[in-house]
Amino acid sequence: MEFLESIFVAPFVEMWNYPEFLAELILVGLSTGVLYSLVALGFVLIFKASGMFNFAQGAMVLFAALTLVGLMEHGVPLWAALLLSMAVMVGLAFAVERLMLRYLVNQEGLILFMATIGLNFILEGTGQLFWGSDVKRLEIGIPDKPFDLGPILLNTFDVTAAFIGAALVIALAVFFQKTPMGRALRAVADDHQAALSVGIPLKTIWVAVWTIAGIVALVAGIVWGAKSGVQFSLSLIALKALPVLILGGFTSVPGAIVGGLIIGVGEKVAEGFWGPAFGGAIENWFAYMLALAFLVFRPQGLFGEKIIERV
Amino acid sequence: MFYREAGQFKTTYRGDQAVFPIFQDKIAVFALIIVAYMVPLVANEYWLQAIFIQFLVFALMAIGLNLLMGYAGQVSLGTGAFAAVGAYACYKLTTNIEGMNVIVAILLSGGCAAAVGIVFGLPSLRIKGFYLAVATLAAQFFILWLFNKVGWFYNDNPSGTITAPPREFMGFLITGPRATPEARYWVCLTFLVAFAWFAKNLVRGHIGRSWMAIRDMDIAAEIIGIRPLQTKLMAFAISSFYCGVAGALMIFCWLGSAETEAFDLFNVSFRVLFMIIIGGLGSIGGSILGAAFIILVPIFLTNFPPMIGLDISTALQKHLEEIIFGVMIVVFLIVEPEGFARLWQILREKLRKWPFPY
Repeated sequence: MEFLESIFVAPFVEMWNYPEFLAELILVGLSTGVLYSLVALGFVLIFKASGMFNFAQGAMVLFAALTLVGLMEHGVPLWAALLLSMAVMVGLAFAVERLMLRYLVNQEGLILFMATIGLNFILEGTGQLFWGSDVKRLEIGIPDKPFDLGPILLNTFDVTAAFIGAALVIALAVFFQKTPMGRALRAVADDHQAALSVGIPLKTIWVAVWTIAGIVALVAGIVWGAKSGVQFSLSLIALKALPVLILGGFTSVPGAIVGGLIIGVGEKVAEGFWGPAFGGAIENWFAYMLALAFLVFRPQGLFGEKIIERV
Repeated sequence: MFYREAGQFKTTYRGDQAVFPIFQDKIAVFALIIVAYMVPLVANEYWLQAIFIQFLVFALMAIGLNLLMGYAGQVSLGTGAFAAVGAYACYKLTTNIEGMNVIVAILLSGGCAAAVGIVFGLPSLRIKGFYLAVATLAAQFFILWLFNKVGWFYNDNPSGTITAPPREFMGFLITGPRATPEARYWVCLTFLVAFAWFAKNLVRGHIGRSWMAIRDMDIAAEIIGIRPLQTKLMAFAISSFYCGVAGALMIFCWLGSAETEAFDLFNVSFRVLFMIIIGGLGSIGGSILGAAFIILVPIFLTNFPPMIGLDISTALQKHLEEIIFGVMIVVFLIVEPEGFARLWQILREKLRKWPFPY
């Protein structure tokens, strides 16, 4: 009884009694959610354009962040290091297309997925081989000061991160809607064969998609790295992005963003109010359970394409 | 010359549907099993402990996952969790019930894993493919968290680990740290042989065929009268049963004691997934070959540089190992996406005509 009460009654009473705490948790959750969305975006981009469930996205985040930090440690100024890391991610995109994707055309999704797990190992190994595996601090000059907004305590860092995330999302939206390349990408996402038949070069598109995913990974790596240091555990945020993906739908850019925010808020609020009843550390699985419960009602996620099946 | 089925006429349907319809196959498999039982006579303790027992445990798990993924077509990343259920159930059963036969306990813990598998298989009725894969990750994270958090599962011992108690079977000590590696090897091997044989029979019968129908197209299967609910849950149950038994063996016959980390995503779930992809989806023999490959490659990579007198630091070696392993996976998938099972098929076709191909 006591346990049931601590799950079904006590948290809501607490929420009513401490609305500031709830609001604060929601804001923190939103700012974490933006970061989840950033990682999930990389997945969605690649999944849309090549039907590949890219497990290596997390490793790409780690790899990009490690490259940036490593360059800066060797005395390269920030702007040059940024440009160089971007160049590295472009090079990576070319390498992946040339050495891997090209030979895996028309394979089943599962095989592609396993190949990206292989890529995951390669990237993790290479990144740490070149730049070492100890925790590194990433100083890029985002101020980290708490400030008050009414009764709520906020952090300038979280706010900046949220703005960076929002800016990236808007930039991507403009890119997809307005530029010729973006339109070609959407065409490929809709139908490979139709896109090919109107003269869109598939291989170029793949390189472009992987490049964009690489740059998204770089941004995510910078923000996460500045927040918690650049270290091996960065590659594990891929696992955080998965529930975001199934919640939002694998094929939807807005889904990735909304899903990320929902998961971020849900996770923090659950940890804050329900955590004590379970003995803490429920963040690891809560997102998955939330997404799972959600899927039972909407199997294709929030914004995923409706699944139509025929015999 | 030696491997051809000419002259082996089947006069009954029974004969035609035998597990090994070709006489030479039958001989080869029996010979292989006998050789496998002889291995402890020549191998030393390190080989048995580090390679052979580990291989047997993972091969069993790979067969379990292959039943679910290769035959029933349901993608699962929760293998580690189901194995953990088996291990913890077995630990609770043997430590809390006096005089329980350890073999019975292992089988019962497989049953517990099957029950958990059914619960986490329920979403498979609504969702498919990668959505299902991510949903099974929920099982992975939730179950390991539960075993870590609730003291009841590890008898509230302060270290938080479970340790296999010494238990005897027919007068021989077969579990716990003091059991000889030979005894543990034979136990695992017997389990593997029995379960592989059972799986082989399962997939050629009614159940296996309905699994394959569901895998190929579940709506069509439903229309011809296969019930998706029962069939999918059955696949989850049997697969989890295999994983649970393998998990119990992992603690009782291989590791001796372990924490939940032994069952985490990368240590177990992904490894077993690699095994069945590299071995070949929908092939029992392939699962075993894949398990051998995935277990031997890292051991080879670790021991190779010292063997040729190359002296490199451990950190460097670890990263190099990772890279080489990743490259091998990608190359293998490009060269032969259907795995060892397909390679074996090709080899067999060649063997039939050898040495006079025309």
